[in-house]
Amino acid sequence: MIDVKRVSFTYPNGTEALREVSIRVRDGEFLAVMGQNGAGKTTLVKLFNGLLKPTSGKVLVDNVNTKDTSVAKLARSVGFVFQNPDNQLFCETVEEEISFALRNFGFDESRVKRRVTWALNLLGLNEYRKTSPFMLSGGERKRVALASVLAWDPKVVVMDEPTIGQDHRQKEKLRQFIIQLNSQGKTVVIVTHDVEFVAECAPRIVLMSSGRIVAEGSSKEILTDPETLTKASIVVPQITQVFMGLADLGFQFDVIDLLSAKKLLSERLIKK
Amino acid sequence: MEPNFASYSVGLMAIIKTEGLTYTYPVATKPAVEDVSITIEKGEFAVLTGPSGCGKTTLCRCFNGLIPHFYRGDLQGHIRVIDFDVRETPIHKLALHVGLVFQNPENQLFALSVEKDVAFGLENLGMLREEMQKRVNYALETSGISHLRLKAPHELSGGQQQRVAIAGIIAMQPEVMVLDEPTSFLDPLGAEKIFKVIRILNQSLNMTVILVEHRLDLAARYANHVIVMDRGKVILDGEPKEVLSSEKARLVGVGIPKVTRLYQRLEEDGILKASEIPLSSEEMIALLRGVLAGD
Ligand SMILES: Nc1ncnc2c1ncn2[C@@H]1O[C@H](COP(=O)(O)OP(=O)(O)OP(=O)(O)O)[C@@H](O)[C@H]1O
Ligand SMILES: Nc1ncnc2c1ncn2[C@@H]1O[C@H](COP(=O)(O)OP(=O)(O)O)[C@@H](O)[C@H]1O
Ligand SMILES: [Mg+2]
Ligand SMILES: [Mg+2]
Repeated sequence: MIDVKRVSFTYPNGTEALREVSIRVRDGEFLAVMGQNGAGKTTLVKLFNGLLKPTSGKVLVDNVNTKDTSVAKLARSVGFVFQNPDNQLFCETVEEEISFALRNFGFDESRVKRRVTWALNLLGLNEYRKTSPFMLSGGERKRVALASVLAWDPKVVVMDEPTIGQDHRQKEKLRQFIIQLNSQGKTVVIVTHDVEFVAECAPRIVLMSSGRIVAEGSSKEILTDPETLTKASIVVPQITQVFMGLADLGFQFDVIDLLSAKKLLSERLIKK
Repeated sequence: MEPNFASYSVGLMAIIKTEGLTYTYPVATKPAVEDVSITIEKGEFAVLTGPSGCGKTTLCRCFNGLIPHFYRGDLQGHIRVIDFDVRETPIHKLALHVGLVFQNPENQLFALSVEKDVAFGLENLGMLREEMQKRVNYALETSGISHLRLKAPHELSGGQQQRVAIAGIIAMQPEVMVLDEPTSFLDPLGAEKIFKVIRILNQSLNMTVILVEHRLDLAARYANHVIVMDRGKVILDGEPKEVLSSEKARLVGVGIPKVTRLYQRLEEDGILKASEIPLSSEEMIALLRGVLAGD
């Protein structure tokens, strides 16, 4: 469990990025942090694995204060994928990039091999095994960054903007993988602006604005509440827009995903 | 080849024209862009899309001369931008006419303050101070970063950095604006606002816009030309409705708007049929209202 207790964080240049934020991420939870640019999302999740330490307040990971331990130790259980993959990648080949942490954590060579192959397949990177990450497209680099963390199978996976640069098919693969991880009891935290992706994944949502948490709830609750979304600079998902636009025809409007929308509309249209 | 190509440059409206364009990065084994022949007209709002790694960024780098002048490698075929043969025009000359917002904003920002970064391109144009101040203010304002003008770009959040890169190009107002996934780090309302500003510049100044984007939910409504690439090649090129409703677009996994997907699912089942495929929620609502009227 990650327990953030009344945390404030101020960067060295004086920017107050978090103001008395409290939040609890339970084991096995799937959480999305959303909100406007500069709201403090990245700052918040960097506290989860000790990359940043609170200016005041405290962060407990499985009851250990992040101030009393090292990032290296925390990383084994809390994996972190950076928003910008360039801040994370440094090896000569994709294969080495993914192996690096595994070796650091003391995996034996045969396991390193297996995990690398598994991760390359998962993220559709097989053909780039021997390629330098810096010769890849933006979306491919992001997938290398994801692969290198998912490979060591941390108990908690924190992904800052995982869908950046990804096409529809890659996003769908990622969505299914996240759901699978989560059903195996892993904790998954994503920071994202991708409303349509969230609408299909349906995690618990935390909305941030100006260094504070302004709303928390299920995807259905949050994504169908235009007033709250606007405060966090987010738009209502397209499916919900359609149902809201048809409310006077007796449709429920708390619909966010494609499958439910299709089912509800089919029922009505077939009668016609 | 040559005589054939010469006739394109006299075409009145074509602002970008490629013919059999094929490019291979140094040491790469296969081309990243292969046999691409496209025409973009002056004043168009073109959206370029396709799966991750299909060659979108590479094609954008050809538009402003980074390819071949910076990346080197092997460039075959023809490419003309405005009146320049890209191969024969140095980057600094092209840069006065073609603005590019990089996919990764962090790689583009280098000045000590946001304000200086946004003004940088204008200083190169030799613009008068007052005009420059006006342009910078407008750009900061419309990009929603006026409050950050004195901050250091590397001390900003990802989305704020992306806004700085976009503000730079809004201030420049180049004849051709190339934006490579410019909203990937932006919050949705911010992305919407920026698309609107770009649309205004596109219409009022007849600026040509080329936008690389996966999130067609937001972008499709502004486009009048959509190009879809797959594995280095252009596989679809035409009007947005035509392109986005095609079977091919669905097969390569282009980010077709969610409502369009919903419509397609209902159509497959024979439950809903429209003469024009909906691309936005407004269009979908109007369609469903029409069908359900009198319920
Ligand atoms: N390295 C830094 N130094 C100083 N201030 C910073 C730094 N990084 C971020 N900030 C500031 O801290 C605040 C929160 O930034 P953070 O990166 O957490 O935002 P975010 O919610 O992740 O935004 P985005 O959606 O744009 O990624 C912003 O005001 C930002 O300008
Ligand atoms: N600097 C580079 N050197 C070598 N190969 C590259 C370079 N940049 C991109 N590539 C490769 O070229 C192909 C197209 O990449 P890119 O144009 O960035 O794709 P997109 O923008 O559509 O995601 C990919 O296979 C990618 O790995
Ligand atoms: Mg961030
Ligand atoms: Mg790209």
